[in-house]
Amino acid sequence: MDNLAILAQAPVFNLQLLVDGVLIGALFALAAFGMALVWGVLRIINIAQGEFVMLGGYVVVYAAAAGVPPLAAVPLAALALYVLGWLLYRAVIWRVVDQDLFVSVLATFGLSILLQQLANQLFGANVRSVDPGLGTLLLVEGSISVPYVKLVAFAASLALGVALVLFLKRSRLGQAIRATSQNARAARIVGVDTDRVFASTFALNAAICGAAGALVSMTWVIHPYFGLAYTVRAFMIVVVSGLGNLAGIVAWGAGLGVAEQYAGFLLGAQFQTAFVFGLLVVILVARQLALHRRRMVLR
Amino acid sequence: MKRGANACRLAALAALVVALGLVAPWVFPQAVTQLAFFWLMVLFALTWDVLGGQTGYNSFGNVVFFGLGCYATALVQRDAGLSYFTSLAAGMGLSALLAVAAAALLGPLILGMRGQYFAIATLGLGTVAADLFAGWDYVGGGSGIVPALYPGPIGERNRFFCYVLMALALLTFASLRWLYGTRFGAVLNAIRDDEDKAEAMGLRTTRHKVAAWMLAAFFLGLAGGPVAGLVGFVDPRELAFAGTSFGVWMVLMAVLGGKGTLWGPVIGAAVFHVTQELFWTYLLGWQRVALGLLIVVIVVFFPQGVLGWLRAQRPQWFHETLDEGAAAAQPAQRDEAGMRAHERTA
Repeated sequence: MDNLAILAQAPVFNLQLLVDGVLIGALFALAAFGMALVWGVLRIINIAQGEFVMLGGYVVVYAAAAGVPPLAAVPLAALALYVLGWLLYRAVIWRVVDQDLFVSVLATFGLSILLQQLANQLFGANVRSVDPGLGTLLLVEGSISVPYVKLVAFAASLALGVALVLFLKRSRLGQAIRATSQNARAARIVGVDTDRVFASTFALNAAICGAAGALVSMTWVIHPYFGLAYTVRAFMIVVVSGLGNLAGIVAWGAGLGVAEQYAGFLLGAQFQTAFVFGLLVVILVARQLALHRRRMVLR
Repeated sequence: MKRGANACRLAALAALVVALGLVAPWVFPQAVTQLAFFWLMVLFALTWDVLGGQTGYNSFGNVVFFGLGCYATALVQRDAGLSYFTSLAAGMGLSALLAVAAAALLGPLILGMRGQYFAIATLGLGTVAADLFAGWDYVGGGSGIVPALYPGPIGERNRFFCYVLMALALLTFASLRWLYGTRFGAVLNAIRDDEDKAEAMGLRTTRHKVAAWMLAAFFLGLAGGPVAGLVGFVDPRELAFAGTSFGVWMVLMAVLGGKGTLWGPVIGAAVFHVTQELFWTYLLGWQRVALGLLIVVIVVFFPQGVLGWLRAQRPQWFHETLDEGAAAAQPAQRDEAGMRAHERTA
């Protein structure tokens, strides 16, 4: 907590934490948007969400090593993860869609462990990152530094979010996805191929996460074991903002990003993950207490 | 009369298991550690199933109680200044107390949650505990803590802890066998089958769930100390709060054997332990990948487990051998449960 004094003496540090938090929060929001999509349409909670983020990052790492400019590799990561998502749906996920929630949680948890261990085995346990070489923006006489790539990532994730909403509202497949999420049986009756919708939704979610991971690898670092933290962040954001609420997801994503920056700064970086998971428990308990109070009133 | 014969057979079976367990470390002296871990796995799977299988609440965080046990015993041995066996006993007692207290405190908060919220909250708990202990200097931080050295040769130490873990696993089995035949066990099953109806019938569901969790925590806490002594080193992430290994294995073993049954977790633990040892021996480096694949395959293709599969294949066996106490006490209810299980798997 010694750093609290620093914050009081040099208020400009607050600004730095805020900016960093909001910029990284947009990436959390992207993963959360994908989770809300899968949750709403397939009615499963994908624990392997964070692993998709992590794999997207590795696509950029290897593409950059092969000479592709990192920013151009973002669509590549999305495409690769789209294919992976489709394959995973066809191999595993379709079997657990109508089953007990426990089965889908445990199955995707298994996938998460599988992908994480595969990444560890294939790519090594080292922390990786890519430098896109865009330089750094200095504000307030150089006391706040914002790498341009973070701004680019922020803009890209917002643009991706808006594009997704438009896609869901306007396109034929998007409408089918929304119809399925409202009532899968009714959608089948009016001729929607719900199995295909499920597959597209799951693959789309993987692609979104892949793009988010690609941006993470340029703005932060990636590591085979970082996945679960992203899953938990996405889950928290969805729980507090609800399904299908883009503005809420972006706002809570930014809020979570800022809270995490402060926690990392004040408690020390080694407690930052503990903070994320602790916040998860706190949020779920708070939600539970709120629901409980409502039930008491009804009685 | 049938009851008497059953009791006789049961006593004979128990004596056989104890005799085999006592003899095994002398017959296979090089496999004593594996044997000790087998008993630990049995205990893990059985305690997970109290809430996971019998009550329908799937916890990924039960490993927290085990970790508390590891640390509490190691700390008592380090700081209390008692002789080895006294400090081990005191540490295990304190461990059990702490674990039960933790379950009693956390339970009312998170056991009110339903389904996936509970599962993910417990997932968070396990990781928080690992990170907190890894960042806490008093307990050695990320580098862990070393419990007191066993006063004797390594072979004797392994045998001693193997027997301790065997005793704990058998104690757990016996307690749960008794418990599932009581009214308390019936309430747990009622919560699993339809929690809203159970509540509407006036059962205090959350209280029962918390009590069940405390019971699981008690045995997990007790098991922490002996494992710390056996391994000789408590690492926060790899041993004590190993969420992605022990934490998931518990679930996997119970599912593999058949969750919601008494013998299922035991069978699951045996099958899983052998598989895991084979993976570790023959799949250099790739064992954890194979394990992840195994989880997916079992959950997706074999969710009813060995016993669930057997029950679907040979329903007549299960009125003979399984849960004799409960079957004798409430034959009608048993049949109905068996039928429902049959329908579900068919």
